[in-house]
Amino acid sequence: MARLTDANVVVAKEIIARFPRPKSALIPLLHLAQEQDGFLANDAMAHVAELVGVTAAEVYGTATFYEMFKFERVGRYCLNVCTGISCHLMGAWELLEHAEELLGVKAGSTTEDLLFTIEGVECIAACTEAPAVSVNHRYRYRVTPEDMDRLIDDLRHDRLGGEFPAHGVLARVRQRTPDNWAGTGAAAQQAVDAR
Amino acid sequence: MSDATVPPTPPDYTQPGRVPTGPKLITTRFDQPDGYTYDGYVRTGGYTALRKALTEMTPEQVHQEVKTSEMQGRGGAGFPAGTKWGFLPPDVFPRYLVINGDESEPGTYKDRKLMELDPHQLIEGVVIAAYAVRAAQAFLYVRGEMALAQERLAQALNDAYAHNLIGRNILGTDFSVDVVLTWGAGAYIVGEETALIESLEGERGMPRLKPPYFPASKGLYLQPTIVNNVETLSNVPWIVNQSGQAFHDLGAPTSTGMRIFAVSGHVNHPGVFEVPNGITTFRMLFDAPEYCGGVRDGRSVKAFIPGGASAMWFFDEHLDLPLDKPTIDKAGSMLGSGAIVVMDDTTDMVAACWNVVNFFSRESCGKCTPCREGTTWLQRILKRILAGDGRPEDIDLLMDVSESISPGIAWPPRQTTICPLGPSAVSPIASAVRRFRHEFEHYIQHGRAVDGVVTPPIHGVHGGARIHV
Amino acid sequence: MSDVKTDAPADAAPEPPKKTTLSITVDGRAHEAQPGQLVIDACEDAGTYVPRFCYHHRMNPVGMCRQCLVEVEGPRGPMMVVSCMTPVAEGQVVRTETPGVKRAQEGVLEMLLANHPLDCPVCDKGGECPLQDQAFSHGPGESRYVEEKRHYEKPIPISDLVLLDRERCILCDRCTRFADEVAGDKLIHFISRGNATQVNTFPDEPFASYFSGNTVQICPVGALTATPYRFKARPWDLTQVESTCTTCAVGCRIVVQGSRDQLLRYQGVDSDPVNWGWLCDRGRFNFEAVNSDQRLGTPLVREQGELRPTGWSEALARAAQLIREAVDAGGPGSVAVLGGARGTNEDAFAWARLAHDVIGTPHVSAQLGDGMPVGLLALNRATIDEAASASTIVLLGPDLKEELPVLYLRLRDAAEKRRSRILEFTPKPGGMTRYAWKSIGYEPGTQVGAVHAALANDEIAQQLGAGNVVIVAGRANLAETSAAQVAALGELLAAVPGAKVLPALRRGNVVGAVQLGMRPGKDGMDSRAALAAAADGTVECLILVGSDPLSDVPDADLARRAMAGARRIIAVDALPSPSTALADVVLAAAAFAEKSGTTTNLEGRVTTVGQKVTARHTARPDWMIAAQLAAALGTDLGLESEADVLAAMAELNDSYAEISAAALAAAPDGVLAHVPTTLDPINPPTVAVPDRNSYDFRLVVSRKLYDAAVGTAHSPSLAHLAGGATIHIHPADLDRVGAADGDSVKVTSKRASGVFQATSDTTVLRGTAWVPFNQPGGTVGELIDATAPVTDIRIENL
Repeated sequence: MARLTDANVVVAKEIIARFPRPKSALIPLLHLAQEQDGFLANDAMAHVAELVGVTAAEVYGTATFYEMFKFERVGRYCLNVCTGISCHLMGAWELLEHAEELLGVKAGSTTEDLLFTIEGVECIAACTEAPAVSVNHRYRYRVTPEDMDRLIDDLRHDRLGGEFPAHGVLARVRQRTPDNWAGTGAAAQQAVDAR
Repeated sequence: MSDATVPPTPPDYTQPGRVPTGPKLITTRFDQPDGYTYDGYVRTGGYTALRKALTEMTPEQVHQEVKTSEMQGRGGAGFPAGTKWGFLPPDVFPRYLVINGDESEPGTYKDRKLMELDPHQLIEGVVIAAYAVRAAQAFLYVRGEMALAQERLAQALNDAYAHNLIGRNILGTDFSVDVVLTWGAGAYIVGEETALIESLEGERGMPRLKPPYFPASKGLYLQPTIVNNVETLSNVPWIVNQSGQAFHDLGAPTSTGMRIFAVSGHVNHPGVFEVPNGITTFRMLFDAPEYCGGVRDGRSVKAFIPGGASAMWFFDEHLDLPLDKPTIDKAGSMLGSGAIVVMDDTTDMVAACWNVVNFFSRESCGKCTPCREGTTWLQRILKRILAGDGRPEDIDLLMDVSESISPGIAWPPRQTTICPLGPSAVSPIASAVRRFRHEFEHYIQHGRAVDGVVTPPIHGVHGGARIHV
Repeated sequence: MSDVKTDAPADAAPEPPKKTTLSITVDGRAHEAQPGQLVIDACEDAGTYVPRFCYHHRMNPVGMCRQCLVEVEGPRGPMMVVSCMTPVAEGQVVRTETPGVKRAQEGVLEMLLANHPLDCPVCDKGGECPLQDQAFSHGPGESRYVEEKRHYEKPIPISDLVLLDRERCILCDRCTRFADEVAGDKLIHFISRGNATQVNTFPDEPFASYFSGNTVQICPVGALTATPYRFKARPWDLTQVESTCTTCAVGCRIVVQGSRDQLLRYQGVDSDPVNWGWLCDRGRFNFEAVNSDQRLGTPLVREQGELRPTGWSEALARAAQLIREAVDAGGPGSVAVLGGARGTNEDAFAWARLAHDVIGTPHVSAQLGDGMPVGLLALNRATIDEAASASTIVLLGPDLKEELPVLYLRLRDAAEKRRSRILEFTPKPGGMTRYAWKSIGYEPGTQVGAVHAALANDEIAQQLGAGNVVIVAGRANLAETSAAQVAALGELLAAVPGAKVLPALRRGNVVGAVQLGMRPGKDGMDSRAALAAAADGTVECLILVGSDPLSDVPDADLARRAMAGARRIIAVDALPSPSTALADVVLAAAAFAEKSGTTTNLEGRVTTVGQKVTARHTARPDWMIAAQLAAALGTDLGLESEADVLAAMAELNDSYAEISAAALAAAPDGVLAHVPTTLDPINPPTVAVPDRNSYDFRLVVSRKLYDAAVGTAHSPSLAHLAGGATIHIHPADLDRVGAADGDSVKVTSKRASGVFQATSDTTVLRGTAWVPFNQPGGTVGELIDATAPVTDIRIENL
């Protein structure tokens, strides 16, 4: 709930160094902060602002533009039911309603035990697999109400192992900056920026 | 035209072997379990095109092959990729290559598959393209929600660097380029190339006005920038290996190559298909057992979206049109991002229309007044009609508000806005109101849908904000 | 052109002059547009106003409100374009009144109004609202929007001075662009997306910009309101007069607005050579001081130790008597006149006449030991425009953001738009440092060496050798004499002989006052010497013309001893100050906006100041007081009206020879006075600065925009913005003295010691310490010896 940890600052600096201008690292760094805390804490946003050299208001302006960023605590599992047109045609709303009944909360809210946040979301690019659902951005396809029952039950009882890391974690493999990093883009841009 | 009133019998594709076929160019590893790994890729011919391009071809020759292929961009606008590369002003450096992996047009599902199942193919295409356009750096911008694609691409990039396929002095040549994986955080508009560039600069993804911000001349950091779609670049290794002419020989002369279409909605077997471009028709896709195997439950097509949610809808009279860009443009819609959504005769057209309009209203960036205010206004009118609170004047109001966003409500759309998102919300309204006006009137008079259609229990919420009726 | 006679033979067709304009057609009318112009401006020049909300000609166009759509004939027929982002082109055909354009403009207005509340009757903007006005002129007449409007908590404070009503906001990006592009304070931003987009700050981080009031002025709706004006008046009740802000010496053009003889608001006027419409918040909101209950409305005389109100005849008689007694006791030289920089040119001129010609004293000074030798004004003077278009701007003076804020905006713009490179020499990195091409920090007293070293650098020498150079010169540190600064300036001028100089002197009309005679005469003492003489009794009578030595003189002890030593003190002022409290006679002066006249900015630009309200009670302009006092001393200066003074000014001062009411009426942006030729040139002194003991810190004292100055302290909206007098030290140095941020430390100079709260500040140079001057409760002046070249201090943790 705070500033980035020392370990994450190391990661952040490596990300920043890959871009010709530091602010380009803003969104990846916000994801890093969200991975750390599960949501974007004000202190973390202010820290990211320092790291990329902009004001906190600029960070906030960018962060709030994008739907994946949360500004208050959400559930460990963000259960997103796609309501894009293909899923709409294939039973998404019925599925969302079913999930609401199962979890006892309305879409857009979090269960009291902070385990689930349920949302109806825009198209998640799984249109031929409608209705599609994602949990912390890991997909389940052609989900029936029975599939939903089982999924929620499995998540509640932690039976799915590492398939669904905590909310905020995206790729579990990070790009590295290897020894044969060329660095040509950053060097050329910095020369231009210095006039 | 004969004066016979008997409608011609539609062609029958319901038996196998009746539709044109072609080789798979970029979906060959979709069923290969390790196709996404470095070993799996190299074992099946991967990175031969890169070696060929870098060691046997000049950048100009690579560019020429892509020009010869006349491959149309697969992101939506369909602009020939080779021509686009040619727009870079000579002698202005550094230049950048940006790969648009922000696939989010409703109905579209191909780029995520290409990134998850064949990331090295994309990377190979990226490095070849960077070589051809002399980019100083390439940025692979992946949609934020696509965690698995990001993971696979990160691994693939690390492996490619380790094998000297990216980075300094690639394959021992003088050519060096970095490919940076970066990603968004949930904003459809970032799929628009200038908004993507804004996002890549750490800004809110709000489109820039063209002119003056044509990316090829003033793109990332106001430097010359090429923005290409994932599917577009995934084709580049094949073109380099097999030649631009070989690509051009596939499909139709006006829509060359093979192309991926995702067919979703009310068909028996929705799926992602790589088909001969320009000659395959919608009916073939819907009916052939090689593809979707017919409309669900033997029903008929009431309407279909031919190219993503932004497109004007098509109806049964359009079923035999080939998936050919000029043909579809002329018929008043577009192939867009290869996203075909089928609605059968049980579809509630008012609800479907609301769904698409709601999408655009939620995804408006908020920059231009007509889009920011107008799309939400349209959405609320539709929601009110669905809730049984429609007024007779609302149908004309829908069209009139649409007119304020897209003067003339024509195709291709004119717009009072910077980018085409606002006019995209007009497409479903123009389509549904013009064709199914009676369904709107029925809602307004009776507070419910016409008989025989299914209305989904739309009640809810998106992203935490309740939609007010 | 046809009647221009030429010597060319009639048969040789003269070469047609090269066309420098672009021929366009606006609604069928031919028009010549300027290259690079936008269609929206060209249309306006051609007499057609295109409605707009986001477009503001001082900021980059964003084309987001879409109100300015017009049709431009293109290769494929008429195209609807936003005129604010379309450049003019030769042969362009623009149509602003076609049915298509009208339909589109009505459509946009209907959308803008869809979510806009109908609270015009209670909105400050009602009556001067671009949305209201353009809804009438270009709108559809009625709204068909029946859905529920957007709701937000209304209004929310986004700073101490500005409130934001997000329901009224039409998201035009003007305030946010201003904060970003113009002020460089990106503290407000668009937040969220689409229909939920709003302007806001980062949570708990207010829009604390010195320029926040400009956002209120440029807001095209009533979304942004300023606390000092909110609910005070309706626009149609306001009357206004054009004037010039004299809070500092930039001389921003303003309109002064009031109602029922009360000041209510200042608004910036777009003066192209000066302020481009912008104002700082201190200048914008300190009208409150004019309205203050504390104002001096009648003269006061001291009787039995107490000041009591009296009439003007008695007060003037007493003042004349005090002057006569002093002259009788020690000759004219036993009178010293300090001040005059806060008034008009007319005030300064009349007071200079009184001092030099009637009393006969040479001891006259408009500066209070915090300025520069008057010879600075005799140098080859630059205008603001020249500075803002110079290849190199050398900063050798105060933090412009704090002392001359709108000059800071102009020069920041020059750097941001890459017209100019800024080479900064500073003892304390400040507002301009981040925009500087190179910022060279130096320890006070060592600026000559810093300049030397810079000139020896090839890159810098090359930069200074190519293109125009303007040096912005002034006093950067009040805890050192001006000697080293003057010497450094001399070095720069010697190295770059063609450089022009823009004086960075702070007080509103200091340049006018000095140029018009409020400066030492032959063998006259400057203020420091005069105060020292008062302290030791050589000067018998101090006359303070709108000056407050106890607050303004850096050397607090000197000021205190002078005020105690002077047997007779006459103060002319509009508000009570620590110094008026010690005066024997206080003559109540008319304040800004209570008198008209002229003022001179730091470029030498003479502009008008206007009277909007009647002076408080019997208070009167300084020039009139001077004339009446002269009369009481037996001399008729012949100055009966401002017009008399202006005429005499022009007659008696070469610099002002071309200044007349007619000339000023013809040039609203003002007339440049000539650089005076009669000032003593600056003499770069040889400076002997002692080395700093390594245990000591060298003190830097400079002003912040908000301080305890009388105009700020009596403006309730501004008074609390003064930050306090903590001592700022680099964190590493703070460590060295064993203290932490917020600790109380004992600070000892040769002069005195005091306890200060320490602030850890990475902008402070190692080995130096910085304390803001004249903060409420501040005592830093106690540490300063006005005669010492630098002030070294010892800092100990308590």
